[in-house]
Order: sequence, then C-alpha cells, then structure tokens
Amino acid sequence: MGMSYLVGGRIDCVCRFGNEGVVVEIKISGVTRNYGATPALRGIDLDIRSGELMALLGPSGSGKTTLLRVIAGLEAADRGNVLFGGQDATSLPVQKRNVGFVFQHYALFRHLSVFDNIAYGLRCRPRSLRPSAKDIRGRVLKLLELVQLEGLEKRFPTQLSGGQRQRVALARALAVEPDVLLLDEPFGALDAKVRKDLRRWLREIHERTGQTTIFVTHDQDEAIELADRVAILNKGLLEQVGTPDEVYDDPETAFVMSFIGETAKIKAEVHEGAVWVNGGKVPISPPDTLTGDVELYIRPWDLRPVGLDEPAHLEGIIRSSRRVGNVRRAQVSLDDNNAVEIDLPLWSTIEIGAPVNLAVTRARFFEK
Amino acid sequence: MSEQISKKFHRVVEETTLIRRLLIAITVMFLALVLLLPLALVFFEALSRGWNAYWESFADPDAQAAIWLTLVVAGISVPLNLIFGVAAAWAVAKFEFRGKSLLITLIDLPFSVSPVVAGLIYILLFGAQGVFGKWLSAYNIQIIFALPGIVLATIFVTFPFVARELIPLMQEQGTSEEEAALTLGASGWRMFFTVTLPNARWALLYGVLLCNARAMGEFGAVSVVSGHIRGLTNTMPLNVEILYNEYNAVAAFSMASLLAMLAILTLVAKALLEWHYGNELSGRGAH
Repeated sequence: MGMSYLVGGRIDCVCRFGNEGVVVEIKISGVTRNYGATPALRGIDLDIRSGELMALLGPSGSGKTTLLRVIAGLEAADRGNVLFGGQDATSLPVQKRNVGFVFQHYALFRHLSVFDNIAYGLRCRPRSLRPSAKDIRGRVLKLLELVQLEGLEKRFPTQLSGGQRQRVALARALAVEPDVLLLDEPFGALDAKVRKDLRRWLREIHERTGQTTIFVTHDQDEAIELADRVAILNKGLLEQVGTPDEVYDDPETAFVMSFIGETAKIKAEVHEGAVWVNGGKVPISPPDTLTGDVELYIRPWDLRPVGLDEPAHLEGIIRSSRRVGNVRRAQVSLDDNNAVEIDLPLWSTIEIGAPVNLAVTRARFFEK
Repeated sequence: MSEQISKKFHRVVEETTLIRRLLIAITVMFLALVLLLPLALVFFEALSRGWNAYWESFADPDAQAAIWLTLVVAGISVPLNLIFGVAAAWAVAKFEFRGKSLLITLIDLPFSVSPVVAGLIYILLFGAQGVFGKWLSAYNIQIIFALPGIVLATIFVTFPFVARELIPLMQEQGTSEEEAALTLGASGWRMFFTVTLPNARWALLYGVLLCNARAMGEFGAVSVVSGHIRGLTNTMPLNVEILYNEYNAVAAFSMASLLAMLAILTLVAKALLEWHYGNELSGRGAH
C-alpha cells in the first residue's frame, strides 16, 4: 500500500504546525474568469494548505491552467478573491506575489547560461534586499546541487536535455524563495521514463523543502501518485477536492468516477427498492429518491467472475481481453448496449465468446 | 524495398542534372546581366579617369554637403524607426487587441505605396498651399524643401523594415519567457531590456541594417520634398542625378559608388548575420 511513506509525510506536517492544526496558505474564493463569451472558471472555491503538494487535475479546457495563472497573477480574475496567507492578493501584480512559476515548456531565458537563469530572480530584487554577488553564487550552486545539475552552470538552455531544462526551471523558481511553487504541466513535454523519474524526484524535493506546491496535470496517475490532495476540475467547475484515496475510492460525481480509474457505465432500473440489470438483481440499495432508469458505475475490480451454476448478479459474454499492467482486463458485454470490464489474473485462460457470470461487490449511482 | 522507395522518391523530387544545371545557368546569367554588370559599371565609370579624378569629385563642397545630409537623415530616421519598429512589433506579437490586423496592414503600406506618392502626401500636408501650410509659415517653420521634410519622407518609406523583421520572430518566441521574468520579480522595463530585447537582438540588427540601406538610398519620396537645393537639401542619390544630368559622369558615378559600397557592405553584414544566427533570426532556435 505504500502507507508508511504517506504516514511519514503526515507526521512531518503535524510536527511543523504543532497545535495550530492546518495552516491555509492560499484561499481562493468565488474565482470566475471568462475568455470573451467562453467561461474558463465558474466560481472556484479552494483552500491550499501550507506545505501541501496539491494537484489541479482535469481534461484540457477544464480551466486548471487558468486557475494556476490566476493564483500566480499572470491572469486576472473577473470576480472572486485570491488570498495569500490571509492577505488579499487579488489586485497584487505578479511581481509582488512571491510565487515561483514553472512553465510547461520551461521558458528558460535562451540567451542566458544556467547560472544566470537561476540567479535572475535574485538579481531582480531591489538593492536593499539583493544578496551580494558572492551570496547569489552560493545560493545558485546550492540549488544546482538540489536539482542534481552540479557543474552545468555554464551551459546554455539549448545544450540541455528536456529533463535537465525542467530542473533548471525548477531551480530558477525556487531561487526567489517563493511562498508557493506553481507548476504548469511540469512533465507534459517529457518522455515516459524521464517523467516517472522526475515525478519521484519532485516528491522527494517537496518532502525535503516542505514548499507549498500546486501543479497542474491532465494525467490522473501523476496526480494520484504525487499529490497530497487532488482538486478535480471540469468545465470551469471544481468537482471534488480530496486525498488520492478519497477521490479514487469515494468519487462524489460521475465525472470524477469516470475520470479517475477505470469505470464502466451501464443502464439499470430501480423498482421495488432494488436495482435491476437485465432482470438480474444487483445487491446494492438505491437511495429513496431514485426510481426508474438509472446509470450504474462499476470499477473492473469490483466485479468477480463466479461459476455458471452459481447465483450471479450479471450475465454476459467475453468479447475481448488485453493485458493492463499486472492483470488481464476482459470486456464483457451484458447486452447490445451495456458492457463492463473485469480484471482477471494473468494466468487465467480467457475464451472469447464464452458466457460468464459476474458477482458485483461494489457499484455506485450519481444523482444528476 | 526501402531502397526502391527512396530511389523513386528521389526521381520525383529532384530534376535531372541537365535541367538543374540549366536552371542554375539561367539564374546566374540573369543576375550577371541585371545586377553584377551595372554594379561593375558603376565602379568602372567612377574610376575611368583614374583615382585622382575619383577623389577630386568628393572635394566638391556640394558633394560633401550631400554626403553629410544623407548621414544626418539616416542618423535621425533610423533610430526613430528602430523605436517605432520595436514598439509596433511588441504590440503585434505580444498582445491581443482589436484592429491588430489593420495595424499590420498599415505597417506594410509603404511597401505598396509609390515613394513619389509618399512625398506628395507631405507636400499636400506641409507645403505652402498644404493643409498646415499657412499655420507653419505664420510660425516660420519650414518642413518642405528642408531637412524635416526629407526626414519625414525617409521615415515613411523605411518604417516597415525593423517591424517586419521583428514581428515573426517575436510571435514565434511567444510570451512565456517574459512571463517567467515577471514571476521572478522583474519590472516591465527590466523584463524588456533583459529578456525581450536580447532575444530579438540579431533580428533587430538585421532590420536596422536594411532600414539604414534604404534610408540612405531613398530617391523618389525625398526627391519630391527636397527641392534640390544644392549644398542644402540634396542627398547623395539626388546629387547623383544632378551630376549625371550635367554630364559630369565621373563625379556622378563616384557618388554612386559610395552608395553601391553601402549596399555591398549591407549585404555582407546580412549574410554574416544569417550565417551565424540563422536560427535566431527565423525564430526557429530551440529554447
């Protein structure tokens, strides 16, 4: 389960804040943003806690990047407020917000060396707050060590690989000691292997620095694996905010259910206080408000094949199967319009066209 | 199999050697006839009575005044167009606003308007009988047949050069580096001078070179507004015409040779820039 890892992180949090409990670093309330007639954000309320690693997850066009840019001050909200540590920052220009922003395509200054890129923010400070050249040098070299790029300070961005550029961008953003680190699709432009490595490495850096971090992604695996909490956006609205376990195991909306993890949607009927699929009774109790035709959501791992002579909830025919990670996932059609997926052990022999009986261990409704 | 495909592919894309050589030969001959031969003739005629006659033609005070005036006009109009070009390119490439395409069309206007017409516009505006003529003469301000008119006409003709070089490059580069600078605490000016300008520096130099060459060589528009006053309002190209009309071929071609050399220098500088910084000029440079 990897529980010890997570628990370690939590204990760390408790120590840092002592009796104060959870400290809210950023409070977003009622943020709305339109592009012409197209709404990008439609009233977002979200608290980001101090020291947490939060993912803004959603499909393209969901408004997640716009929200990140509103937090950074790169874009203005039409309505609503953004509070930094209790202070209203809504009208604060981007320079004054003290955020570190890592852009999707790194946006490194192409005419500056790695060293000068990282030092840029420190050199921008007003004279009274600017560290000495020696201190800047020390800080930059330390950051290069943190991002594991020692010795590359004289290189130019064009002489680096994608992963190295991303790490320079991160070091550059961290150099100004931001209150919050914002990352826009940080691994979007990298290949799968580098992506995985950087993901783990970003988690490690976060554990070490305790930096409040928000990152945008469309990749649910990335959000689940990396974040303390995940905020799921769809069409400019916040669908759910919760820990990876909460959004994965207790989705609050149909969108979250289908966006995170595999889900089959089938047609069912509710009458006499029971749920029926093709005349078979499914062992879940429907809410009182629900009657007639409903949609039932089932995860592949919440279905179990049973012997053909045993009592079953669903009956179907195996249509195809493919290997997914460590299981074999089979498509089972229940009738012409309804199909589900089941996970079977790798060693199981699957006969295409064979009838199969299924027991349902868990299924969900969502009220529209 | 793949070899067969690639052979076929070659045959489709590449012409036969004969045709290729023919095309190259036609191009080279055409260039030689239309460009190289006249250029060589300029220097040939300028030196036809020897180096002494060549040098002497520059001793003429009117010739020196023309050279000086040309330098002054370029010295004023090129920096102004540099500022205008950067501002226009900045606005077009980095912001969205209503009327943007109209602005781009307007920037290109001097390319499509005859320079003579450009000159006439200023006569109609600032000439004695022009819209502002009475007002200007009441305050004793001379624009037409004087330096201000020549500078205005030159600016009109040369203003697309810097903007045209910068706009595609800046559009290609986008705004994320600028945004990065802002998030790191840079002010708008600091962002401009440490990010935007350095990123566009070679395209900017390239645009300035072309702008300068055109500013020094402009004839039509300047001819209309100058009044051809010897030693006062004659630029180098105008002086070439006057000398030639007076059958002073050596002096005319000597002056012309200076303009030709300017052109050659500009081309060499342009080639060097393209050779060294081709990627940055086209905006294709990886970042």
